Amino acid sequence: MTPNFDVVVAGAGPGGIAAATVAAEAGLRVCLVDDNPAAGGQIWRGQADSAGAGSRDARKWMQRLNASGCTVWTGLRVVSEPAAQMLRLEGQDTVRDVAFGRLIVATGARERFLSFPGWTLPGVMGAGAAQAFLKAGFEVSGRRAVVSGSGPLLLAVAAGLRSKGARVAGIFEQAPAAQLAQFARTLARHPGKLLEGVQYQWQARFAPYRTGCWVVKAEGGEQLERVTVSNGRRQWRIDCDLLACGYNLVPNLELPLLLGCRVEQGLVHVDEGQQSSRADVLCVGELTGVGGLEKALLEGEIAGWTVAGDRARAAALRVSLRRQNGFAQGLAQAFALRPELRSLPAAETLVCRCEDVSYGALCQQDSWRAAKLQTRVGMGACQGRVCGSAAAFLLGWEKHEKRPPVFPTTVAGMAAEIAEIEK
Amino acid sequence: MGEPISLTINGQPLQVKKGTSVAAAILMARAASRISPSGELRGPFCGMGICMECRATVNGMAQQPTCQMICEPGMEVVTA
Repeated sequence: MTPNFDVVVAGAGPGGIAAATVAAEAGLRVCLVDDNPAAGGQIWRGQADSAGAGSRDARKWMQRLNASGCTVWTGLRVVSEPAAQMLRLEGQDTVRDVAFGRLIVATGARERFLSFPGWTLPGVMGAGAAQAFLKAGFEVSGRRAVVSGSGPLLLAVAAGLRSKGARVAGIFEQAPAAQLAQFARTLARHPGKLLEGVQYQWQARFAPYRTGCWVVKAEGGEQLERVTVSNGRRQWRIDCDLLACGYNLVPNLELPLLLGCRVEQGLVHVDEGQQSSRADVLCVGELTGVGGLEKALLEGEIAGWTVAGDRARAAALRVSLRRQNGFAQGLAQAFALRPELRSLPAAETLVCRCEDVSYGALCQQDSWRAAKLQTRVGMGACQGRVCGSAAAFLLGWEKHEKRPPVFPTTVAGMAAEIAEIEK
Repeated sequence: MGEPISLTINGQPLQVKKGTSVAAAILMARAASRISPSGELRGPFCGMGICMECRATVNGMAQQPTCQMICEPGMEVVTA
């Protein structure tokens, strides 16, 4: 029989953990699902052992989650909704369905990657990716790293790389200094974030933090050997064997879109209680606006209280949330991408890493859909998660598809799907 | 961190700390994880189960996203 829960939460980052904990503490039967080996999401990755190291917030929430009676399933991805209010989950060698009364989606965000010559060389990785690999045991002593792209994450990544023994040859932020200065002033209204920023700046002071600069090229044989950096007027080369490069974050909208939630301007539309346009689906965290940890925790708690039927508790939390939303908007403005980045790829530069589709091939098409049909862009294993966000920025194409499965599935998963249809 | 974990990547022995992901081990071995359709070598890229560039054969099972797998003693990883 299909296991059935009052509430299923998809995504065990801070937002999902807060939502699941509050709902379970209120007496609901809750199941929290995540595709990673452990709960914690990207930010609390590896800090999920409540006894171990990690931030106080992470420890506090993990302890609360563990005591709440919530069922936690890890190593399982949501691939589809095979029947109404039912999710199909797939693990390394299992396929499992779970039925829900209400679903809280907390799938977070991924990095936006832009294509530039050499970005497919081994040794080039995302900025958040470098941090994720560090948290997953990547030893970098002796490496020479360059950190580039955009967003407050770059400083944290540089600090992380250095603390693990890498030499950071430079941090290059594409946003101009003036744009960032304005944001820094608004940070004064968020003391916690200011402190965090100062801390990273201090840890990163050994490496030059240059604004208004970006990597235009990566070169090497079988592995990365050097990058070329530009400030728009001149270019220079830096030897390195690790490039951590990511351009802000984009929400993981695939599941909300599949479920039929309304998406406006790249964000899920939710009401005061985090409910989406679909009555039985709530969305929290980066899905409703990229705003980081505090916003995700607050929205998670609000969603938890909403499903528990306590609208008053949910409303009380909205006051603090308003401040966080202001921060999210400031963040988006400060790190807005400069138009020069649209000319990063050369005609032969690959945009689609899965199917090896070049920028030149895409330029001959007039929409994402036409490009998919003609070039196979977005039809590989990542299903457009990487090239779709790049194409949206480079070519202005919208990619709002809803088509199961949302992740590549196994034959066993497909067979289960077919058996369901034939029943 | 306790005892190190011993595994092999393309037959070469490697020791990693407990809790290390297979993709992190591939990066430390400076191995490429996959070969693209046009023959390019690729390495682990997004670190969070999105891009699928880190797919490799683990204990005989092909196409495993290695950034979401933890190294286990005796694991045999075969990459591009």
